[in-house]
Amino acid sequence: MEERLRVNPVACAGHGACAELLPELITLDEWGYPIAADQPVPRGLRREARRAVSNCPALALALARVA
Amino acid sequence: MTDSLTLPPPALAPAAPGPAGLPRLLPAAGTVPADLRAHLARHGPLRYAGSPGRLAAEAAAAGLTGRGGAAFPVARKLDAAAQARPAPLVAGNGAEGEPASSKDRSLLWISPHLVLDGLQLAAEAARSTTAVLYVQRNQRLHARLAQAIAERAAAGVDAARVDLVPAPERFLAGEESALVSRLTGRPAVPAYRPVRGLPRLAPGRPALVQNVETLAHLALIARYGAAWFRLAGTESEPGSMLATLHLPGGRTSVTEVPLGIGLADLLGLDTVPAGPGGDIVPSAGGPVRAVLVGGYHGAWLPAAEAARLPLANAALRPLGAAVGAGVVAALPAGRCGLAETARVARYLALESAGQCGPCFNGLPRIAAALDHLAGPRPDQRARADLERWAGLAAGRGACHHPDGSVRFIRSALRVFAAEAGLHERGRCSGTDPRPFLPLPAGRPASDADWS
Amino acid sequence: MNAITGSTALWYASRATGVVSLLLLSLVVMLGILVNRQGRLPGLPSFAVTGLHRSLSLLSVLFIGVHVATAVIDPYVSIRLAAVVIPFVSAYEPFWLGLGAVALDLVAALILTSLARARMSRRAWRGIHWLAYAAWPLAVVHSLGSSSDARGGLVLGVLAGCVLAVAAALAWRLSRAAREIPRAARAAAALSHMPARKADL
Repeated sequence: MEERLRVNPVACAGHGACAELLPELITLDEWGYPIAADQPVPRGLRREARRAVSNCPALALALARVA
Repeated sequence: MTDSLTLPPPALAPAAPGPAGLPRLLPAAGTVPADLRAHLARHGPLRYAGSPGRLAAEAAAAGLTGRGGAAFPVARKLDAAAQARPAPLVAGNGAEGEPASSKDRSLLWISPHLVLDGLQLAAEAARSTTAVLYVQRNQRLHARLAQAIAERAAAGVDAARVDLVPAPERFLAGEESALVSRLTGRPAVPAYRPVRGLPRLAPGRPALVQNVETLAHLALIARYGAAWFRLAGTESEPGSMLATLHLPGGRTSVTEVPLGIGLADLLGLDTVPAGPGGDIVPSAGGPVRAVLVGGYHGAWLPAAEAARLPLANAALRPLGAAVGAGVVAALPAGRCGLAETARVARYLALESAGQCGPCFNGLPRIAAALDHLAGPRPDQRARADLERWAGLAAGRGACHHPDGSVRFIRSALRVFAAEAGLHERGRCSGTDPRPFLPLPAGRPASDADWS
Repeated sequence: MNAITGSTALWYASRATGVVSLLLLSLVVMLGILVNRQGRLPGLPSFAVTGLHRSLSLLSVLFIGVHVATAVIDPYVSIRLAAVVIPFVSAYEPFWLGLGAVALDLVAALILTSLARARMSRRAWRGIHWLAYAAWPLAVVHSLGSSSDARGGLVLGVLAGCVLAVAAALAWRLSRAAREIPRAARAAAALSHMPARKADL
């Protein structure tokens, strides 16, 4: 059961907290909006990923379970 | 096709042999709107399916796909609607936000009763007693439709009540989730949909949305059967469709054609083998430089290539194009393709709902860069910047507006590459500065424009 | 003698933790405004603002807890446990304490919904979070009315400082919001900032 990062582009306001907390998987484009790597979150980064999700002030980041 | 868990219900037996040949949706001649009596005289009474699953089975056998642009299999939507709890709200989508398309409003004007029949059938399939017809704001058209609905109510034809809802005049107003948003009283802007399936009116009630032309086809399939529907079109893309043509002489027409018809036949292009003289192809209306297929989220094709292609996704998709909602435009040789595309790109940028950063930041910058490329001796960086921004915008919005716009613009850069080379040297092959592709005047000023 | 000393200690503890609670709540409101407007604290990353907002709000819960517990346990004034959450039922200063109870209920709602944020709709969470603008003034008025401390001196000074600081932060928020480009005009704004083409062909 793998998990992938999903950004809700309507909710996202470009706060950028996610890229600070999970730089291995999230980078910001030139306008401050997140580009999330379209790959499963490695086990070692799952805790950081959950932290990034819970820290998003706009609740725009989610972890989707993909079988 | 139908859900494997349900047994296929018995197919509808046709009421009568269907009309041979085309047109089917539009009357044989003229544009006089058909009133209820004329409609019943031509097609007979509306044939309700009798149970929710039967229409889906017939639509599956017919291979009917949506005529709103996405070509989604109608049977799958009807099945999902039949199984959805609670019963979905049913909506006919006549917003037609694409400025180059006029087939939906033409259909609603000339054959409203076919659309309204289809809406009733969809409501039956969704087990719903109310339905909505969402139509772009046009006083005469709304008056006409209100009259048609009243006519049917007086005759007791309709099982479901139909409400007429005006759609804002925005490009994205007809996007499925924007329509749903509008029906809940919010602005008609697209919503983020992480899970595929029927869109939902918050909280919880699903919606069955079908383009008005799709509903009209359903109305005929219910009367004449799937086999009749398949008499036109191709094996994999059966049936007929309404196309909006923009001909090189400046004429615009809406015509009903079988899927798979050659673009050369459609546009009156001479089918000449590609020669060293470039891409210009003669036609009945004048020489043609390039053909736009699929509207402003579609793609350009060189005229010589287009002359060899059919209006069918099987042939168009491998080339990055698609049938879309049937908009086909033949760019006259005297026009500059880059300038035309730049005008449309600016319009598309301003039609962004302004919700998603990559879209409302990317599309305006792309449009500005394209405007530079459409002018003399553009900045060296314009092309590279455009490519970078296109990569950042596509696929990162809630809806397909950035993706479709980028596809359209990239196809222009491919097809008009020679033109771009001319512009770099300060020249242009265009001789006619008049705009060709249609665009509405004005642009959004406030959120109220989306309501 | 011991009983009076013990009671006085509890009373002091309640008043002191009360002042600190209000100070913390004021900081939390200001940080919340900063988060909302994507403001930054100098030298700190963006996630530090949200992190501090949360940490201080949890810390304030702790201080409010001690403030309330010491007030209830203290035998000198009669405050039932129920009066902590049900407003206006306390024997001692029912009105001013009642305001504190309402503030506490609101803070509890804010904290609990924020802990369960991922499980509720964004709209519902935001709606409840707006109650912060009700909770904070209630806490201020409760502080002013419930004991004679606030009539002068250091405590009044701290209260005044909190009110001024939050008011300034609010004014900043409103001015930023007034200059925000409405959603439908965002693309047009981006387009107008792009340099125009130099010439026509």
